[in-house]
Amino acid sequence: MAEQVLRAAPDLAVASAVPARTSALSGPQGPKPRRRFSRRNIFIYGTLALVAVYYLLPLYVMVVTSLKGMPEIRLGNIFSPPVEITFEPWVKAWSTACTGLNCDGLSRGFWNSVRITVPSVFLSIAIASINGYALANWRFKGAEVFFTVLVVGAFIPYQVMLYPIVIVLREIGLYGSLWGLVLVHTIFGMPILTLLFRNYFASLPEELFKAARVDGAGFWTIYLRIMLPMSLPIFVVAIILQVTGIWNDFLFGVVYTKPDTYPMTVQLNNIVNAVQGVKEYNVNMAATLLTGLVPLVIYFISGKLFVRGIAAGAVKG
Amino acid sequence: MTSVQVRDVSLSFGAYDVLKQLNLDVPEGEFLVLLGPSGCGKSTLLNCIAGLLDVSDGQIFIKGKNVTWEEPKDRGIGMVFQSYALYPQMTVEGNLSFGLKTAGMAKDEIARRIARAAEILQIEPLLKRKPAALSGGQRQRVAIGRALVRDVDVFLFDEPLSNLDAKLRSELRVEIKRLHQKLANTMIYVTHDQIEAMTLADRIAVMKGGVIQQLDAPQVIYNKPVNRFVAGFLGSPGMNFLDGQVAGGAEPAFAIAGARIPLDRYGFDRVAAPGKAVLGVRPEHIALGEAARAMPFSADAGVELVEPMGSDTLVWTKLGGQGFAFRVEAERHLASGDQLRIGFDPARASLFDGQSGNRI
Repeated sequence: MAEQVLRAAPDLAVASAVPARTSALSGPQGPKPRRRFSRRNIFIYGTLALVAVYYLLPLYVMVVTSLKGMPEIRLGNIFSPPVEITFEPWVKAWSTACTGLNCDGLSRGFWNSVRITVPSVFLSIAIASINGYALANWRFKGAEVFFTVLVVGAFIPYQVMLYPIVIVLREIGLYGSLWGLVLVHTIFGMPILTLLFRNYFASLPEELFKAARVDGAGFWTIYLRIMLPMSLPIFVVAIILQVTGIWNDFLFGVVYTKPDTYPMTVQLNNIVNAVQGVKEYNVNMAATLLTGLVPLVIYFISGKLFVRGIAAGAVKG
Repeated sequence: MTSVQVRDVSLSFGAYDVLKQLNLDVPEGEFLVLLGPSGCGKSTLLNCIAGLLDVSDGQIFIKGKNVTWEEPKDRGIGMVFQSYALYPQMTVEGNLSFGLKTAGMAKDEIARRIARAAEILQIEPLLKRKPAALSGGQRQRVAIGRALVRDVDVFLFDEPLSNLDAKLRSELRVEIKRLHQKLANTMIYVTHDQIEAMTLADRIAVMKGGVIQQLDAPQVIYNKPVNRFVAGFLGSPGMNFLDGQVAGGAEPAFAIAGARIPLDRYGFDRVAAPGKAVLGVRPEHIALGEAARAMPFSADAGVELVEPMGSDTLVWTKLGGQGFAFRVEAERHLASGDQLRIGFDPARASLFDGQSGNRI
């Protein structure tokens, strides 16, 4: 040890301009210096930037195109920013674009979609959360069978059930109405949502449920007073899943509604795929962006809660 | 008067029997500890008494009333859980009052009961806080308070101290004991910690495989375990077990390789048939040196290993070729390789049948 110190001494002498510490500490000390432009960093950030650009490019083209007038689009330079910014296509897409006989733009579809999405989301989540709670905490007779049936239900392709449901809706007089579609969305949301809620409630400490039972709380009191207040994250996840899923739905919308009650996605398709007249790319782009705006906004405002909720449900189940 | 009676209770999950025809009588005001390794059915039994699990067969009485099919709230029990199980979204006050509000109790009565419980448990300053802002010990106090405000006959504790660190555990242990002295309620307490069991219990029920192995006062269980399992489960460091042959007759003795331990002073439960047996000797019953020579049995032994434990030291040696440990005070310095005389009084040992493991 003494020898080592002696050998280190000359090095110290060289560095004596720096306030000297004890000789044993002459080696590297303090936080490890990091080079900002190391090969590793360039590679990581380079790749990320490349992928991000690749993903954002279509969005960029859409936004730019939607802000150009038709003469400018005809020049064919799809990547160039608009020379003259115009909001005319957005206004037209929203309020005057024609689909079939209706010429009131996407606004009709937007309000239809709102009227479909809000009750569907509310109903499906309300029912599924109670299902999940009952399955996770109250081990009633036949719970396993019930659960298995639900899970199997999640794997049945929609196409198989399209036509039978048409008949069912017709028989109960809901075919073609918004409420018919709400019913369909509520039913089809059930398997995956119940699964989601069951796993979340099963991950909550069982002793909490037992304590509430000792305290004399029944099925509904425990659900409303104990479980609900602890389940914000999973409700946010469910709301996001349902809002985006139902908003983006096309198949059920086109099958179970009539032109008057078409949801926004179906109407968008009809605008974009209109065969008569000139293709108004700027209007189409604006209409598409308008339709995508709702899920986008939902993602932005709830991103953090979404991640937390998914993680919460994933830990145990 | 009997406070809790368990009659022939069985519980099976599918083909697996968790409780087998179990019987238990708990007199009023007794502190009973259910002790056993994990999976022995002790928590299951407690949950059955609480009404959180439905029994497959048998009956449960609390204060003479058959509660086998009653809801937990109607049984007159309060329960404290291992994970505290406080409602996270409510304040301490809300946690304490939740059950009372659910029962539709008048506001001033609720306030009176909360004030009393908070005073007993010294949690008055915490009443407005949420559980997340409490330490582990404070949370468990609140959980006890939740049982306390219910003003019940029987308290059920499901491993309430297992989540706490060693220091807090011993503090709360004392507090629970004090609480029992003050309230004089019946308390049934589940634990796998033998120190908690020994210190708290009026009686201990040692469980294994869904069956109560022995139900008696702590000292009896400690000194006269009914079988090898109970003997090995209680005591830390554990009991020494010597395999050997027992010889009955006029001069009963226990023979191991190179030594013969006289058993004429041993209190036989029944006549020992000659054959294989196991002699159990607690490490703290072994004497050294001059004291050893004075014992009815003594032998020379070499120290193999020394484990200092602070207050005392555990010394490992061999007796008749089998591992044998004993305790000495910490001041006594022994090192591996030392030769010394060890001895014990067979009257304080336990003799078990080689086959069944039952006490002889």
